[in-house]
Amino acid sequence: MLKDITLGQYYQTDSVIHRLDPRVKLAATMLYICSLVAVDQAGGYVAAVLFLAAVIRLSHVPFRFMVRGMRSILFLLVLTFVMNLFMIKGEVIFAFWKLTISREGVDMAVKMAVRLSLLIIGSSVMTLTTTPNNLMDGMEKALKPLQKVRVPVHEIAMMMSISLRFIPMLLEKTDRIMKAQMARGASFDEGNILKKAKSMVPLLVPLFVSSFQIADDLSMAMENRCYRGGEGRTKMKPLHYEKRDYIAYLVLAAYFVLCITVGRIVRWGRIF
Amino acid sequence: MALILDHVTYEYGSGTELLVRAVNDVSLVIPDGQFIGLIGHTGSGKSTLVQHLNALLKPTSGNIYYNGEDIHDKDFSKKKLRSKVGLVFQYPEHQLFETDVFADVCFGPKNLGLDRKEVELRAFEALKQVGLPDEYFYQSPFDLSGGQKRRAAIAGVLAMKPEVLILDEPTAGLDPKGRDEILGLVASIRKERGITVILVSHSMDDVAEYVDRIIVMNRGSICYDDEPRQVFAHKEELESMGLSVPQVTDVMYALKRSGWAVDTGAITIEEAKRAILDCL
Repeated sequence: MLKDITLGQYYQTDSVIHRLDPRVKLAATMLYICSLVAVDQAGGYVAAVLFLAAVIRLSHVPFRFMVRGMRSILFLLVLTFVMNLFMIKGEVIFAFWKLTISREGVDMAVKMAVRLSLLIIGSSVMTLTTTPNNLMDGMEKALKPLQKVRVPVHEIAMMMSISLRFIPMLLEKTDRIMKAQMARGASFDEGNILKKAKSMVPLLVPLFVSSFQIADDLSMAMENRCYRGGEGRTKMKPLHYEKRDYIAYLVLAAYFVLCITVGRIVRWGRIF
Repeated sequence: MALILDHVTYEYGSGTELLVRAVNDVSLVIPDGQFIGLIGHTGSGKSTLVQHLNALLKPTSGNIYYNGEDIHDKDFSKKKLRSKVGLVFQYPEHQLFETDVFADVCFGPKNLGLDRKEVELRAFEALKQVGLPDEYFYQSPFDLSGGQKRRAAIAGVLAMKPEVLILDEPTAGLDPKGRDEILGLVASIRKERGITVILVSHSMDDVAEYVDRIIVMNRGSICYDDEPRQVFAHKEELESMGLSVPQVTDVMYALKRSGWAVDTGAITIEEAKRAILDCL
């Protein structure tokens, strides 16, 4: 039932990629996405695919886990492909009834499909190799300068990691309350929309009550341990760069330069 | 008229690396009117098993029969089954949601499609039976104390007039007095209504006094299924599963070790008293 939903798809194993500082991985993902958007020549995509393949290889995460993320955007992927295929005007290479496919259309459709797929796989490499908490830590540290302009970086990061932490718990509670009400003859999938909405009340009321309870308990526990927000607070496991992180930045820079060179500056002619 | 489990197996996360076999090839016959204690430590699969009995979970393999009918047959009404096999979850007070206690207890019978009069009659009877004082009937369930909330929640299942009543750790989180009250309540309900009761617990003390039969689960399988006295004879095996015998039985064993020729079969304080007096 609800328990089968996985959130935060961290894949536990030991690899260089797992051990990298989360800031490196955040920067890498950003830069990778930038490179995908910037590039418009076949050579750039070849470089992007090779780079991603190398990273996946290093991460020891089975490839099918990467592809899993693709399932949710498959519809979007197909839609963009088809739209680009038929909508872009240019040199017609195929015509049927009112539909025409142009050379430019094919070119754009393929490009967009490749970009989207690489983007999704690329970002799932980050989420698969970094725990949500680690990611939040990285984000907090990377965004620290924003504190100068009064952005409550620590508080936001804390809120995000608390919510992530409680998602599985709330799912379990939902599952439990649903079953308890079903045991009392309730059904959640019968009747029209109005009836369905009404049948949610016995689920939502207890769920809200216990969420508030949890929030209350947690805030009490935090206060008891003298939590006062981010000021002057130190970390149990502070993030600091190691040699491998600097190497990773260098590799990243090299990739970016290469990718832009072969994908933008050098002209290979069209994909088609 | 009985519940029969035929080689029931249930797996969480089938087809992934995280496969857990919570219930492993369990076969049971639960005849009418029996008072059964289902014992196992946390994670032994007892809660998962009882959720099969009213079709909240569908076994990965195996069948369950209620009065000779397969409960997962297409034309078998699960709603009807759930009115006959009442399941009170652990911490049932978390399922209360209505504006007053009475309305909450009405939820179950109302779902059965009964007319208003019958619904209210049943709710009233159930609340009386769990011994909730009248002045609480029209209060918000969230204003009651822990023990009273639990009574109200149990009434919510009782009002459906089940023939089999399953209680999943009904004493969890209660103080000794609340615990005795709830257990006494369960025993009296069973006496008055003559229904089958399955009491799920990890504590032998909870069940020793009341039940006719104890089923011990360990890692998803049934280890013992016998009368309490026979089960408690396996003191060492039980302890190796992280369970224990009732405290009085433990005392009797201790007495025997220190040279008193007492009968270690005593499982209630009354029996222990007699055994000790006999010995003296």
